[in-house]
Amino acid sequence: MRGDADMLRVEQLRIVQGDFALSADFELPRGRRVAVIGPSGAGKSTLLNALGGYIDIASGRIDVDGEDVTAAPPDQRGIAMLFQDGNLFPHMTLAQNVGLGIRPTLKMTEAETAQIRDALHQVGLEDFADRKPGDVSGGQQSRAALARVLVQAKPLLLLDEPFAALGPALRTEMLDLNSQVACDAGATVMVITHTPEDAVRAADDLIFVEAGHVHPPRPVSEMLAHPPEALRAYLGR
Amino acid sequence: MARRTGAVTGPVAAGGVVVLILAALLAVMSRADWPVTLGTADWAVLRFTVWQAFLSAFFSVLFAIPVARALARRRFPGRGALVTLLGAPFILPVIVAVLGILAVFGRAGWVSEVLGMFGVAPLSIYGVQGVVLAHVFFNMPLATRLILQGWQAVPAEQFRLVGQLGLPPPMVFRIVEWPILRQVAPGAFALVFVICLTSFAVALTLGGGPRATTIELAIYQAFRFDFDLGRAAVLSLLQLVVAGGAAVIALWVLPPLALQAGRDRVRRRWDAPAPWVDAAWIGVAAAFLLLPLLAVTISGAIGLWQMPLSVLTAAWTSAWVAAVSTFVLLIMALPISAWLAQARWGGGETLTLLGLAASPLMIGTGWFILIYPFAAPVRFALPVTALVNAMMALPFAVRILLPPMRQVFNNYGRLSAGLGLRGISLWRVVLMPRLRPQIGFAAGLGAAMSVGDLGVVALFADPEVATLPLQMYRLMGSYRTEAASGAALVLVALAFGMFWICDAWGRRHVAG
Repeated sequence: MRGDADMLRVEQLRIVQGDFALSADFELPRGRRVAVIGPSGAGKSTLLNALGGYIDIASGRIDVDGEDVTAAPPDQRGIAMLFQDGNLFPHMTLAQNVGLGIRPTLKMTEAETAQIRDALHQVGLEDFADRKPGDVSGGQQSRAALARVLVQAKPLLLLDEPFAALGPALRTEMLDLNSQVACDAGATVMVITHTPEDAVRAADDLIFVEAGHVHPPRPVSEMLAHPPEALRAYLGR
Repeated sequence: MARRTGAVTGPVAAGGVVVLILAALLAVMSRADWPVTLGTADWAVLRFTVWQAFLSAFFSVLFAIPVARALARRRFPGRGALVTLLGAPFILPVIVAVLGILAVFGRAGWVSEVLGMFGVAPLSIYGVQGVVLAHVFFNMPLATRLILQGWQAVPAEQFRLVGQLGLPPPMVFRIVEWPILRQVAPGAFALVFVICLTSFAVALTLGGGPRATTIELAIYQAFRFDFDLGRAAVLSLLQLVVAGGAAVIALWVLPPLALQAGRDRVRRRWDAPAPWVDAAWIGVAAAFLLLPLLAVTISGAIGLWQMPLSVLTAAWTSAWVAAVSTFVLLIMALPISAWLAQARWGGGETLTLLGLAASPLMIGTGWFILIYPFAAPVRFALPVTALVNAMMALPFAVRILLPPMRQVFNNYGRLSAGLGLRGISLWRVVLMPRLRPQIGFAAGLGAAMSVGDLGVVALFADPEVATLPLQMYRLMGSYRTEAASGAALVLVALAFGMFWICDAWGRRHVAG
């Protein structure tokens, strides 16, 4: 960790995909939880995938925890990311899936095995360690993915609507669990969401993405109380 | 972004294959007399090669259409078994099928015997008719599966609509079946045509003579009988131009090749007429495929006790050649598939079909020429056979592995990258477990194709060294038909056994 620097600094970022272009320039202070909101097709997922290193950027610079990671591979950017689906390997047990967050060879020391057990315990899955994803519920799959994020221990966590397929109650529960996990780990969180209620519940700040433009984060309450024109249109007010 | 898995090993493996073929080609070219001229005999060989391939493709597709139509619109007990049987020629050794075809359609075969009862002269099978018959035996099932696959892709709604309107079968053919057939049949024809252009074992056993020699067989004869490396070289170049050219043309019309198609659901159809025509076609097709196998089984059961010990030695040789070949196949196919699966350009499958046109005897001849100055090529007979067999199975293996590989990268590529899984870890943790069924299937296919192959080994081998198909061919050549049948039974057991072991390995613990 490097003292007072912002956790994430995005400078003059530009992504071009065919006709679509996205630009962003913002900072994220350490330990904040940020909801990313905006119409579908506006570029929310594109933004997160670019930060995660999964798609090429046209220009700009990305700093995570004070370090330039613009050209770093996805696993060396200090970022853990949960996708809409495919967060677990179906042929491995939940414990093995969590273990991948510690080391990709899966040869664990005793201490690491204990660490996996703790992580599963923390998300309430201690009894499901040897099950495979196909044998547990959607909510339990999400918990296992969170347990892996926990052992990955990255300072920045990106969530691309991983809980979208869950029912409202379960989604709220998972968002709370996520906040708690992030808080315990001291991680900074960016989470894509569709509803202002989720934003209020799970975030301190709000980033509004609209037609390829990323508005810098502002406190959720302030944004929702005095929404800019485009956000007002999106929220239907 | 990080370097992709297979980004180095894939091109290296593919480059290795290209180098092996190019080295053979250059060696062959160095031996040819320039400028290359074709004699009368060469033109005759060329004419026959193209003509028999045309006839084989024509009759295979013609026969396949009514059979596929019957299978597409009928549900009957044993349908699944029959569709599975249509896949069997892929792993059935050519020489075994030839033996069975001889037992049924040969001069002293079952059909001739029945004809004899009515005072009709026995059939004469050697020559173009025998070559085409054997090719139809192997390729009619392939064509049937391709066409069946096309018709099964017709949405069920279309047939519901047809049923609701009460359209008669000719109208159904015109508005539903014909448009699909028009797309699929030319591709099936082209595929069979290309496969038959490089036919060797069938021509060796059922053809021969000035009027029934394929280019591939002529290479063998120039080599074995005259040891005329110059002529073998010229013929190899001819083979390359003909088969390669045909394959390039065929690429435009080829349908996607799914090896396990047609086994799933049968559409409920309301338009099928009285079943006797379909039943007849299915009966004829089943008899055509099953009778030769039955004949081999019967005479093989008797012949098992008359087999010389050399058969068992040869079986052992074949088994390990196939094992080495399968290993080499996977070493090449896995990285190439991983590489192609992540490439932005999606033409990988298409390119692999060029491999179908590669001539094993051309490659064999080339490597013989390369090895000859330094060592006795006989000593390399088995390694070269294993290598060439692996290369022949490569197009099929890549074709099997590529689509699921692409899907794994689509579904789990980001997750793997985020976790730092790359190289060996990615193979071990993600790719191997996810692709296990396809790897097993491809390995089984490669093993069976290798164990049953009668090609390069005939070029190199001396009396001391033999694979089982070659040993069987020698027994047939010395008119020990029953011993040959016994060997055939062992060979079939070996081919299907190796296929089954690999395929069963792949299907065990299928990932959730």
